[in-house]
Amino acid sequence: MSNVPNELKYTKSHEWVRIETDGNITVGITDHAQELLGDMVFVELPETEANYTAGDECAVVESVKAASDVYSPITGEVIAVNEELADAPETINQDAFDTGWMFKMQPEDAGEIDELMNAEAYAELIAEEEH
Amino acid sequence: MSSSPAAAQRTPLYTQHLAAGAKIVDFAGWEMPIHYGSQLEEHHQVRNDAGMFDVSHMVVLDLAGNSVTDFLRHLLANDVARIQTPGKALYSCLLNERGGVIDDLIVYFMADNWYRMVVNAATRDKDLAWIRQQAGGYDVEIRERDDLAMIAVQGPNARDKAHSALGASIDAARGLKPFFAADCNDSKGDLFVARTGYTGEDGYEIILPAEQAGATWEALLAAEVKPIGLGARDTLRLEAGMNLYGQDMDEDISPLEAGLSWTVAFTPEDRDFIGKAALVKQKADGPANKLVGLILEDRGILRAHQKVVTEHGGGETTSGSFSPTLGKSIALARVPTATTEHCQVEIRGKQLAARIVKYPFARNGKSLLG
Repeated sequence: MSNVPNELKYTKSHEWVRIETDGNITVGITDHAQELLGDMVFVELPETEANYTAGDECAVVESVKAASDVYSPITGEVIAVNEELADAPETINQDAFDTGWMFKMQPEDAGEIDELMNAEAYAELIAEEEH
Repeated sequence: MSSSPAAAQRTPLYTQHLAAGAKIVDFAGWEMPIHYGSQLEEHHQVRNDAGMFDVSHMVVLDLAGNSVTDFLRHLLANDVARIQTPGKALYSCLLNERGGVIDDLIVYFMADNWYRMVVNAATRDKDLAWIRQQAGGYDVEIRERDDLAMIAVQGPNARDKAHSALGASIDAARGLKPFFAADCNDSKGDLFVARTGYTGEDGYEIILPAEQAGATWEALLAAEVKPIGLGARDTLRLEAGMNLYGQDMDEDISPLEAGLSWTVAFTPEDRDFIGKAALVKQKADGPANKLVGLILEDRGILRAHQKVVTEHGGGETTSGSFSPTLGKSIALARVPTATTEHCQVEIRGKQLAARIVKYPFARNGKSLLG
């Protein structure tokens, strides 16, 4: 069973979102997602200052097996990316919710974050997928 | 995972896969292990030590009869006249009249009037239909050996570990040269050990009665031969420059355009085989395309069916992945014959630089690139 931290928000496409004290968000892919994809070998991150609408493809993670799109969980601007993933994509496998973070965004409308799934709803979603 | 309407089949080792923590996927109608935790670790395990693959879904055919040699010399692009020594193996394509590849296979000379053939699981029905159709007029009996299972044990320490695990039962395999097999038990091929494989490493492919597969698997596990899934099987064979049927070649591609010219026996000239006329013509005209190895120089991962751009025209990757041994992305690609040195590969709308190299990329634990 995958780890689903309580304090995070989640999307149906398996991104996690952490709300930082400054109101910006940090985004990554969930432990469940990294487990499905397997050993990560390449990560393509968004450009900083790029603007995305919720649901836009904004990054790609590639495991030995396959490439998978990562979607912007909300509408906003990318303000930072995790450059360390370029040389160490396996960080996502090892620590999906912390050092394996992918990018930070400044939300256009903070209300949008509230509409994301909480941990309980996400845990239910992945339980359903596993059956 | 499977969406195929027919019930998925399981090999005799299915419970062993679950016990080893396998992630199971559908492969050609079979519930097979894709990995047992980490595809990368499994890949390195085979390059550096010893691993085993359940390949019981593959199809073992015994062909016997007074005119079986004549039949196979007609059926196959390679020439079984080259293997008239008991146990000797030959890799060949099975061609249609247009010279396209119906399947690739290994055929073993077992005894006078008896050959064993191992063909792909995904092509089973069409292979059998084609072979039976061609066999009319020959004295040959074709028997599907569904009573047998198959375990491939591969890696630099694979043969030693197999002998320590399986003891006297496979003693007859000890002196085997590469690409030879030994019939270890009853002269019926029920315990058959071949020094062949699909990884670029030394090792055996062991064909044995289905009911003994579980005990043999457990004995190999106890000798620290680790289970390896189909995921690592694919990256190992790609590094070793071995074609995958349905991906690197199919019924519309000839062996000459799939890097398999070496498997077509044009001589002796008086031998006629299915597809020969088409290949002779293609050879004389010069094939339009060739299969090459690619190494991606920019960051990214090559995958099958990406567009290749060269100064001589377009091409396509046929297989691609991250190479765990090289730490870079590699591919096989079909490109215009005149192509040399460099090309571009289109990945998500961007053109990335790739270098054209000779393959295999890696074998016997090491990178082959200077």
